[in-house]
Amino acid sequence: MKLKFLIPLAMFAVLVGFLAVGLNRDPHEVPSPLVNKAAPAFNVAQLAAADKNFSPADLQGQVWMLNVWASWCVACRVEHPVLLEFGKSHAVPLIGLDYKDQRPDAMKFLATHGNPYDLSAYDNDGRVGIDYGVYGVPETFIIDKHGVIRHKQIGPITPEVLAGTILPLINELKKAS
Amino acid sequence: MIPELGHFALILALCVTAVLGTLPLLGAHQGRREWIVLARPAAQAFFLLVATAFGALAWSFYSNDFSVTYVAEHSNSKLPTMYRLGAVWGGHEGSLLLWMFMLSGWTFAVAQLSRTLDDAMVARVLGVLGLVATSLLLFILLTSNPFGRLLPAAEDGNDLNPLLQDPGLVFHPPMLYMGYVGFSVAFAFAIAALLSGRLDAAWARWSRPWTTTAWIFLTLGIALGSWWAYYTLGWGGWWFWDPVENASFMPWLLGTALLHSLAVTEKRGTFKSWTVLLAIGAFSLSLLGTFLVRSGVLTSVHAFATDPRRGIFILVLLVLVVGSSLTLFAWRAPKVALGGSFALMSRETFLLAGNVLLVVACGSVLLGTLYPLFIDALNLGKISVGPPYFNAVFVPVMAPALFLMAVAPIARWKHADAKEMAQRLWIAGAVSVIAAFAIPLLMGGVTLLTALGFLLAFWVGGSMVLQIVRRFKAGVPPLSFWAMQLGHLGIAVFVIGITMVGGFQEEKDVRMEPGDTVLVGGHQFKFNGARQVMGPNYEASRGEFEVSKNGSVQQMLYPEKRKYFSSEMPMTNAAISPGITRDVYVSMGEPLEGKAWAVRVYFKPFVDWIWAGALLMALGGVCAVSDRRYRLRVKAAEAARITALQGATS
Repeated sequence: MKLKFLIPLAMFAVLVGFLAVGLNRDPHEVPSPLVNKAAPAFNVAQLAAADKNFSPADLQGQVWMLNVWASWCVACRVEHPVLLEFGKSHAVPLIGLDYKDQRPDAMKFLATHGNPYDLSAYDNDGRVGIDYGVYGVPETFIIDKHGVIRHKQIGPITPEVLAGTILPLINELKKAS
Repeated sequence: MIPELGHFALILALCVTAVLGTLPLLGAHQGRREWIVLARPAAQAFFLLVATAFGALAWSFYSNDFSVTYVAEHSNSKLPTMYRLGAVWGGHEGSLLLWMFMLSGWTFAVAQLSRTLDDAMVARVLGVLGLVATSLLLFILLTSNPFGRLLPAAEDGNDLNPLLQDPGLVFHPPMLYMGYVGFSVAFAFAIAALLSGRLDAAWARWSRPWTTTAWIFLTLGIALGSWWAYYTLGWGGWWFWDPVENASFMPWLLGTALLHSLAVTEKRGTFKSWTVLLAIGAFSLSLLGTFLVRSGVLTSVHAFATDPRRGIFILVLLVLVVGSSLTLFAWRAPKVALGGSFALMSRETFLLAGNVLLVVACGSVLLGTLYPLFIDALNLGKISVGPPYFNAVFVPVMAPALFLMAVAPIARWKHADAKEMAQRLWIAGAVSVIAAFAIPLLMGGVTLLTALGFLLAFWVGGSMVLQIVRRFKAGVPPLSFWAMQLGHLGIAVFVIGITMVGGFQEEKDVRMEPGDTVLVGGHQFKFNGARQVMGPNYEASRGEFEVSKNGSVQQMLYPEKRKYFSSEMPMTNAAISPGITRDVYVSMGEPLEGKAWAVRVYFKPFVDWIWAGALLMALGGVCAVSDRRYRLRVKAAEAARITALQGATS
């Protein structure tokens, strides 16, 4: 057997190796360059009280969670019960960022499905979302006492993600100085 | 009841292909006639059973049987009938069944149209097809059964993805799959040749029409998809180098190389192992395309629901089919692949060089498509590869291939005379150099790419005219002569199209109030406002645009922004005024405050030449398949059979 006739087979074997590894990766999961960077500052009106503003600086010194949601977002409805449960525990302040939404729609959504948030910031034109690199809703950020983003969750929070990733991280961050 | 019948037929088909994939192959190997003759009836039964299953699924869609999960997910009672049938292949399970239906159709065709081929060879070819069918049927039945029931039944279906509700989409997948799957026949012939050790001109002659037919369908399928993207997506482009587009383009490139290589093998008896490798490669890339589309390892606009279990199954299948055929190739090809010799300056060399360039082009597309996956697998980060890479790599590889396209047909086999060729081609060279500068200057500016585009298009076209003139001196040429000329003319026309669009299209994104006008490419567009209209399963904002040129109104255009009831996703339906030398194209963006709209207007010179080129190529393929040589052979065979029958009865 001549070796050159084995070349196609060898090339194919390499290709299969890569495809096999690739199968276990999710191409939609884009790592956020914001992780371990300071959370971008903003100052926008609150959803429920339009005359009051919210800024991440208000929560300096605390571990907190920022959840990007919208009334038009179907996947948000999936994660909503998990958030409601989490909100009841009052582990950390849970701030919503109502993204590219209409105020009446958003209020109606919270009235119908329950409100897990301590408060929601109202990002009508999506500018805060751009600063946070939001490309799909829902997304969730965990921010530490120094205002640094420590984790970004893309897509709905499932009970597994909450128990396996988010709660341990929050406990660890709360203990840290 | 009907869906269960379909499911049952599919299971029976699996049993039949299991027989088809084993006994005839063993029989041909051991010379057992009673196993060899099983191949044809098994192939026929396979086709009938899959056709029954396919019919059952189509009936479930037609009769709105929402107790079938797949129907409930992809159809809706308000969906027009034509789209209900198109919805049969609107999702994963159904498109696999369509794949299988095509495979059974090709298998059936081979069984029916191979009367003159010796029985052992037919048994091997059908056996290989049977093996492919068995593995894919297992895949369908184990992971992607389209006949699963939904209990209790849904009241109404989810509706077909609005993007797919388009006449183009009813025909695009069947065409494409006919092509994809058609390469399985060339593949089966190649494997059969390796198994039997008979890799000769007769083998190439038999493979050729099958390969050409598959190639015609693939060409048309790709062109249809591109045309559909152009007029439906509203992005104004015709090719996006999306992974799924690439998945269909790679087999096309290898298939094109295979067509040429087969011609050499038939006429000169050389390039044998190369031809076999291309036949394996073209079908392997079809399978790889299926893997890429169905497993979700890459992000694509063709976002299908993904399931890792399916991915692993297809990967295993890929390893089995491609791995075993390449192993067989490594083992057998050195023994069977002896060919004649040829000089460096010969048609063989030119064809081989063109072939290598096509393979390199295919390799670069493969690399670009899989690069994000490679980088991710090596933990080097997440990247995406876009059109700039493909354009930068593809043009330099294809330019010399186009150059050779004009040279190779002029060259003699075995030993060509460079001086004689130069004497014949200099006129084409002169014309193409003049065109390369004159046309872009007339259109408004010479750039490297536009000059190169016209140079190559006129070089290919010029050589073609010279060949035709010379050929006519020897009498009216046969169809096979026109096959090559039309195919190459198609490429020239296509290159003119992409050069014109790439170099001279105009595009404007504007905010328009009712009464506003905008001037693009010498045409004036007046926006008369938008109004609400109702469709069968959507409502739309329909804009009205008055197109005028030099002050006289030419035409009204009505682009739409549709909202389908079943999904909130808005859909753009661009309005196009087509023409031989230009398209004007209006698509509606977002509604702005008041009655204003964001509007995108394009002027696209010669854009339809892109698809006209593809049509000409396909037409060339039709000429090749219907050439007298093949018909004569069939007739001679028929006559021989009739004589034999008469002999037997008298």
